[in-house]
Amino acid sequence: MHELEITRSLVKLALDEAEKANAKKLTSVTVVLGEMCGAVDDSVAFYFEIMTKGTIGEGAKIIFRKVPMQAKCRNCGSTVNPKDIFWECEKCHSMDIEMISGKELYIESIEVD
Amino acid sequence: MEIKVLKNILDANDQMAIQNRKLLASKKIMMINVWASPGAGKTTTMLRTAETLKGKARMAVIEGDVASSIDTVKLTQSGVTAIQINTDGGCHLDAGMINLALQNLPLDELDIIFIENVGNLICPGEFDLGEYKRIIISSTPEGEDKPHKYPLMFTIADACIVNKIDLMPYVNFDINSFMRTVSGMNGKIEIFKISSINGDGVDKWADWVLKQLDSYRQ
Repeated sequence: MHELEITRSLVKLALDEAEKANAKKLTSVTVVLGEMCGAVDDSVAFYFEIMTKGTIGEGAKIIFRKVPMQAKCRNCGSTVNPKDIFWECEKCHSMDIEMISGKELYIESIEVD
Repeated sequence: MEIKVLKNILDANDQMAIQNRKLLASKKIMMINVWASPGAGKTTTMLRTAETLKGKARMAVIEGDVASSIDTVKLTQSGVTAIQINTDGGCHLDAGMINLALQNLPLDELDIIFIENVGNLICPGEFDLGEYKRIIISSTPEGEDKPHKYPLMFTIADACIVNKIDLMPYVNFDINSFMRTVSGMNGKIEIFKISSINGDGVDKWADWVLKQLDSYRQ
Protein backbone atom coordinates (compact mmCIF):
# COMPACT_ATOMS: atom_id res chain seq x y z
CA MET A 1 0.00 0.00 0.00
CA HIS A 2 2.90 2.37 0.62
CA GLU A 3 4.80 1.59 -2.57
CA LEU A 4 4.47 5.16 -3.84
CA GLU A 5 6.54 6.55 -0.97
CA ILE A 6 9.00 3.66 -1.08
CA THR A 7 9.54 4.17 -4.82
CA ARG A 8 9.94 7.92 -4.40
CA SER A 9 12.76 7.33 -1.88
CA LEU A 10 14.24 4.57 -4.03
CA VAL A 11 14.37 6.76 -7.17
CA LYS A 12 15.91 9.66 -5.24
CA LEU A 13 18.58 7.46 -3.65
CA ALA A 14 19.47 5.79 -6.97
CA LEU A 15 19.67 9.11 -8.86
CA ASP A 16 21.75 10.71 -6.08
CA GLU A 17 24.22 7.81 -6.20
CA ALA A 18 24.40 7.97 -10.00
CA GLU A 19 25.04 11.71 -9.84
CA LYS A 20 27.81 11.23 -7.27
CA ALA A 21 29.49 8.91 -9.76
CA ASN A 22 29.07 11.54 -12.56
CA ALA A 23 27.07 8.98 -14.53
CA LYS A 24 25.38 9.92 -17.81
CA LYS A 25 22.82 7.18 -17.49
CA LEU A 26 21.38 5.01 -14.76
CA THR A 27 20.74 1.64 -16.38
CA SER A 28 19.58 -0.58 -13.54
CA VAL A 29 18.80 -0.69 -9.84
CA THR A 30 18.92 -3.84 -7.71
CA VAL A 31 16.59 -3.84 -4.75
CA VAL A 32 16.64 -6.40 -1.94
CA LEU A 33 13.10 -7.09 -0.82
CA GLY A 34 12.22 -9.28 2.15
CA GLU A 35 9.13 -11.44 1.87
CA MET A 36 7.71 -10.08 5.12
CA CYS A 37 8.14 -6.46 4.05
CA GLY A 38 4.84 -4.97 2.93
CA ALA A 39 5.98 -3.67 -0.48
CA VAL A 40 4.69 -5.33 -3.67
CA ASP A 41 7.37 -5.57 -6.37
CA ASP A 42 5.05 -5.10 -9.38
CA SER A 43 3.68 -1.94 -7.86
CA VAL A 44 7.17 -0.56 -7.10
CA ALA A 45 8.23 -1.37 -10.70
CA PHE A 46 5.15 0.42 -12.04
CA TYR A 47 5.89 3.63 -10.08
CA PHE A 48 9.61 3.34 -10.86
CA GLU A 49 8.98 3.53 -14.59
CA ILE A 50 6.82 6.63 -14.19
CA MET A 51 9.06 8.41 -11.70
CA THR A 52 12.28 7.97 -13.65
CA LYS A 53 10.81 9.54 -16.81
CA GLY A 54 12.71 12.68 -17.83
CA THR A 55 15.69 11.77 -15.61
CA ILE A 56 18.96 9.95 -16.34
CA GLY A 57 17.19 6.85 -15.03
CA GLU A 58 14.53 6.82 -17.77
CA GLY A 59 14.20 3.29 -19.08
CA ALA A 60 16.36 1.82 -16.29
CA LYS A 61 15.65 -1.75 -15.27
CA ILE A 62 14.58 -2.53 -11.75
CA ILE A 63 15.74 -5.89 -10.45
CA PHE A 64 14.35 -7.41 -7.28
CA ARG A 65 16.37 -9.86 -5.23
CA LYS A 66 13.79 -11.44 -2.98
CA VAL A 67 14.71 -12.73 0.44
CA PRO A 68 12.44 -15.46 1.78
CA MET A 69 10.98 -15.28 5.24
CA GLN A 70 13.17 -17.49 7.37
CA ALA A 71 13.12 -18.28 11.02
CA LYS A 72 15.03 -20.37 13.49
CA CYS A 73 13.59 -22.49 16.26
CA ARG A 74 15.20 -21.28 19.49
CA ASN A 75 14.60 -24.68 21.05
CA CYS A 76 16.16 -27.13 18.55
CA GLY A 77 17.87 -24.77 16.10
CA SER A 78 16.02 -25.90 12.93
CA THR A 79 15.65 -23.35 10.15
CA VAL A 80 12.08 -23.02 8.93
CA ASN A 81 9.73 -20.83 6.93
CA PRO A 82 7.27 -19.69 9.60
CA LYS A 83 4.54 -19.25 7.00
CA ASP A 84 4.58 -22.96 6.21
CA ILE A 85 4.58 -24.10 9.80
CA PHE A 86 2.22 -21.60 11.42
CA TRP A 87 4.99 -20.45 13.75
CA GLU A 88 5.41 -23.87 15.32
CA CYS A 89 8.60 -25.89 14.78
CA GLU A 90 7.77 -29.01 12.81
CA LYS A 91 10.56 -30.97 14.48
CA CYS A 92 10.17 -30.21 18.19
CA HIS A 93 6.77 -28.38 18.15
CA SER A 94 8.19 -25.41 20.05
CA MET A 95 6.59 -22.05 19.25
CA ASP A 96 9.74 -20.19 20.24
CA ILE A 97 10.55 -19.01 16.72
CA GLU A 98 12.98 -16.22 15.90
CA MET A 99 12.87 -14.38 12.57
CA ILE A 100 16.24 -14.32 10.86
CA SER A 101 15.37 -12.86 7.46
CA GLY A 102 12.50 -11.42 5.45
CA LYS A 103 12.40 -7.80 6.67
CA GLU A 104 14.94 -6.43 4.14
CA LEU A 105 14.22 -3.32 2.09
CA TYR A 106 17.33 -1.72 0.64
CA ILE A 107 19.15 -0.81 -2.58
CA GLU A 108 21.97 -3.26 -3.12
CA SER A 109 23.57 -1.69 -6.18
CA ILE A 110 23.04 0.41 -9.27
CA GLU A 111 24.45 0.09 -12.80
CA VAL A 112 25.47 3.28 -14.57
CA ASP A 113 27.11 4.35 -17.82
CA MET B 1 29.71 0.16 -14.18
CA GLU B 2 28.24 -1.32 -11.04
CA ILE B 3 28.11 0.78 -7.86
CA LYS B 4 27.45 -0.88 -4.51
CA VAL B 5 24.92 1.18 -2.57
CA LEU B 6 23.58 -0.87 0.38
CA LYS B 7 21.30 1.88 1.64
CA ASN B 8 17.96 1.49 3.33
CA ILE B 9 15.33 2.70 0.85
CA LEU B 10 13.58 4.66 3.58
CA ASP B 11 16.82 6.45 4.45
CA ALA B 12 15.25 9.94 4.23
CA ASN B 13 12.53 8.87 6.67
CA ASP B 14 15.11 7.30 8.98
CA GLN B 15 17.18 10.51 9.03
CA MET B 16 14.09 12.48 10.03
CA ALA B 17 13.32 9.88 12.71
CA ILE B 18 16.80 10.46 14.15
CA GLN B 19 16.04 14.21 14.31
CA ASN B 20 12.75 13.53 16.10
CA ARG B 21 14.56 11.29 18.58
CA LYS B 22 17.12 14.04 19.27
CA LEU B 23 14.45 16.68 19.77
CA LEU B 24 12.53 14.45 22.18
CA ALA B 25 15.71 13.52 24.08
CA SER B 26 16.47 17.22 24.59
CA LYS B 27 13.02 17.61 26.16
CA LYS B 28 13.16 14.25 28.01
CA ILE B 29 9.90 13.17 26.36
CA MET B 30 9.28 9.48 25.71
CA MET B 31 7.38 8.73 22.49
CA ILE B 32 5.44 5.49 21.94
CA ASN B 33 4.21 4.43 18.50
CA VAL B 34 0.86 2.63 18.72
CA TRP B 35 -0.14 0.22 15.95
CA ALA B 36 -3.45 -1.57 15.50
CA SER B 37 -6.09 -2.39 12.94
CA PRO B 38 -9.06 -0.02 12.56
CA GLY B 39 -11.50 -0.52 15.41
CA ALA B 40 -9.12 -2.27 17.82
CA GLY B 41 -9.79 0.45 20.39
CA LYS B 42 -6.73 2.67 20.09
CA THR B 43 -8.45 5.91 21.05
CA THR B 44 -10.44 4.37 23.92
CA THR B 45 -7.18 2.85 25.19
CA MET B 46 -5.55 6.29 24.98
CA LEU B 47 -8.43 7.81 26.96
CA ARG B 48 -8.13 5.12 29.67
CA THR B 49 -4.36 5.49 29.72
CA ALA B 50 -4.67 9.26 30.19
CA GLU B 51 -7.10 8.74 33.09
CA THR B 52 -4.76 6.26 34.76
CA LEU B 53 -1.63 8.37 34.24
CA LYS B 54 -3.26 11.53 35.58
CA GLY B 55 -1.02 13.09 38.23
CA LYS B 56 1.82 10.67 37.37
CA ALA B 57 2.83 11.78 33.87
CA ARG B 58 1.69 14.42 31.39
CA MET B 59 0.75 12.91 28.05
CA ALA B 60 -0.33 13.96 24.58
CA VAL B 61 -1.56 12.01 21.58
CA ILE B 62 -0.66 12.48 17.92
CA GLU B 63 -3.65 11.14 16.02
CA GLY B 64 -3.10 9.67 12.57
CA ASP B 65 -6.12 9.04 10.36
CA VAL B 66 -6.80 9.03 6.65
CA ALA B 67 -9.53 11.62 7.22
CA SER B 68 -11.56 13.39 9.95
CA SER B 69 -10.65 14.66 13.39
CA ILE B 70 -13.19 12.54 15.29
CA ASP B 71 -10.56 11.00 17.57
CA THR B 72 -8.82 14.29 18.35
CA VAL B 73 -12.16 15.84 19.30
CA LYS B 74 -12.88 12.85 21.60
CA LEU B 75 -9.51 13.20 23.30
CA THR B 76 -9.51 16.98 23.68
CA GLN B 77 -13.07 16.94 25.03
CA SER B 78 -11.76 14.65 27.76
CA GLY B 79 -8.93 17.07 28.53
CA VAL B 80 -6.18 15.13 26.72
CA THR B 81 -3.74 17.19 24.63
CA ALA B 82 -4.07 15.89 21.07
CA ILE B 83 -3.11 16.90 17.57
CA GLN B 84 -4.54 15.49 14.35
CA ILE B 85 -2.66 14.40 11.25
CA ASN B 86 -4.77 13.53 8.21
CA THR B 87 -2.84 11.50 5.68
CA ASP B 88 -5.41 12.14 2.86
CA GLY B 89 -5.36 8.54 1.70
CA GLY B 90 -1.91 7.60 3.01
CA CYS B 91 -1.76 4.28 4.85
CA HIS B 92 0.83 5.21 7.49
CA LEU B 93 2.50 8.13 9.27
CA ASP B 94 6.08 9.04 8.39
CA ALA B 95 8.79 10.75 10.42
CA GLY B 96 8.33 14.08 8.61
CA MET B 97 4.65 14.25 9.59
CA ILE B 98 5.60 13.53 13.20
CA ASN B 99 8.25 16.26 13.08
CA LEU B 100 5.58 18.80 12.09
CA ALA B 101 3.25 17.58 14.81
CA LEU B 102 6.04 17.87 17.41
CA GLN B 103 6.56 21.50 16.41
CA ASN B 104 2.92 22.14 17.22
CA LEU B 105 2.79 20.45 20.63
CA PRO B 106 3.63 22.13 23.97
CA LEU B 107 6.78 20.03 24.45
CA ASP B 108 7.84 21.77 27.66
CA GLU B 109 4.65 20.56 29.32
CA LEU B 110 4.87 16.88 28.35
CA ASP B 111 6.43 13.62 29.58
CA ILE B 112 4.95 11.12 27.12
CA ILE B 113 3.68 11.34 23.54
CA PHE B 114 1.65 8.49 22.09
CA ILE B 115 1.37 8.27 18.32
CA GLU B 116 -1.91 6.70 17.33
CA ASN B 117 -0.83 5.47 13.92
CA VAL B 118 -3.23 4.91 11.01
CA GLY B 119 -5.30 1.75 11.61
CA ASN B 120 -3.36 -0.76 9.53
CA LEU B 121 -1.33 -3.86 10.40
CA ILE B 122 1.06 -3.65 7.43
CA CYS B 123 2.54 -0.33 6.36
CA PRO B 124 3.17 1.54 9.65
CA GLY B 125 5.60 -1.23 10.63
CA GLU B 126 8.07 -0.09 7.96
CA PHE B 127 8.40 3.52 9.15
CA ASP B 128 10.57 4.58 12.07
CA LEU B 129 9.02 7.72 13.54
CA GLY B 130 11.64 8.39 16.20
CA GLU B 131 9.76 6.55 18.94
CA TYR B 132 11.31 4.91 22.00
CA LYS B 133 8.88 1.97 22.11
CA ARG B 134 6.41 0.40 19.71
CA ILE B 135 3.24 -1.27 20.83
CA ILE B 136 0.53 -3.17 19.05
CA ILE B 137 -3.11 -3.38 20.12
CA SER B 138 -5.05 -6.45 19.02
CA SER B 139 -8.67 -6.84 20.06
CA THR B 140 -10.51 -10.08 20.73
CA PRO B 141 -13.19 -9.72 17.98
CA GLU B 142 -10.38 -9.65 15.38
CA GLY B 143 -9.53 -13.28 16.17
CA GLU B 144 -6.40 -14.94 17.55
CA ASP B 145 -4.96 -15.54 14.07
CA LYS B 146 -3.84 -11.94 13.41
CA PRO B 147 -0.17 -12.58 14.37
CA HIS B 148 -0.05 -15.37 11.76
CA LYS B 149 -1.52 -13.13 9.08
CA TYR B 150 0.42 -9.93 9.83
CA PRO B 151 3.63 -11.14 11.47
CA LEU B 152 5.99 -8.18 10.92
CA MET B 153 4.55 -5.86 13.56
CA PHE B 154 4.12 -8.59 16.13
CA THR B 155 7.77 -9.60 15.73
CA ILE B 156 9.12 -6.06 16.26
CA ALA B 157 6.74 -4.57 18.87
CA ASP B 158 7.91 -4.07 22.47
CA ALA B 159 4.50 -4.69 23.97
CA CYS B 160 1.14 -6.04 22.90
CA ILE B 161 -2.22 -5.06 24.35
CA VAL B 162 -5.06 -7.53 23.95
CA ASN B 163 -8.05 -5.24 24.16
CA LYS B 164 -11.78 -5.99 24.64
CA ILE B 165 -11.18 -8.95 26.94
CA ASP B 166 -14.69 -8.26 28.26
CA LEU B 167 -15.99 -9.52 24.89
CA MET B 168 -14.09 -12.82 25.02
CA PRO B 169 -17.07 -14.96 26.03
CA TYR B 170 -18.98 -13.79 22.92
CA VAL B 171 -16.34 -13.82 20.20
CA ASN B 172 -14.63 -17.20 20.56
CA PHE B 173 -11.12 -15.78 20.99
CA ASP B 174 -8.53 -18.36 22.07
CA ILE B 175 -6.33 -16.17 24.27
CA ASN B 176 -3.88 -18.96 25.14
CA SER B 177 -3.21 -19.68 21.49
CA PHE B 178 -2.78 -15.94 20.79
CA MET B 179 -0.33 -15.48 23.66
CA ARG B 180 1.67 -18.59 22.75
CA THR B 181 2.05 -17.42 19.15
CA VAL B 182 3.00 -13.84 20.03
CA SER B 183 5.50 -14.78 22.78
CA GLY B 184 6.99 -17.41 20.49
CA MET B 185 7.55 -15.08 17.54
CA ASN B 186 8.84 -12.26 19.75
CA GLY B 187 10.76 -13.40 22.83
CA LYS B 188 10.94 -9.87 24.29
CA ILE B 189 7.32 -8.77 23.96
CA GLU B 190 5.21 -8.00 27.03
CA ILE B 191 1.50 -8.77 26.76
CA PHE B 192 -1.26 -6.92 28.62
CA LYS B 193 -4.88 -8.06 28.71
CA ILE B 194 -7.19 -5.09 29.08
CA SER B 195 -10.69 -3.83 28.55
CA SER B 196 -10.53 -0.17 27.61
CA ILE B 197 -14.29 0.03 28.18
CA ASN B 198 -14.46 -1.17 31.81
CA GLY B 199 -10.80 -0.45 32.65
CA ASP B 200 -9.76 -4.03 33.54
CA GLY B 201 -6.00 -4.51 33.29
CA VAL B 202 -5.28 -0.87 32.41
CA ASP B 203 -3.32 -0.34 35.67
CA LYS B 204 -0.71 -2.94 34.72
CA TRP B 205 -0.33 -1.44 31.26
CA ALA B 206 0.03 2.08 32.71
CA ASP B 207 2.65 0.79 35.19
CA TRP B 208 4.63 -0.59 32.26
CA VAL B 209 4.45 2.82 30.53
CA LEU B 210 5.75 4.57 33.66
CA LYS B 211 8.54 2.00 34.01
CA GLN B 212 9.56 2.70 30.38
CA LEU B 213 9.57 6.44 31.14
CA ASP B 214 11.94 5.81 34.05
CA SER B 215 14.32 3.72 31.93
CA TYR B 216 14.14 6.25 29.09
CA ARG B 217 15.15 9.10 31.39
CA GLN B 218 18.02 7.25 33.01
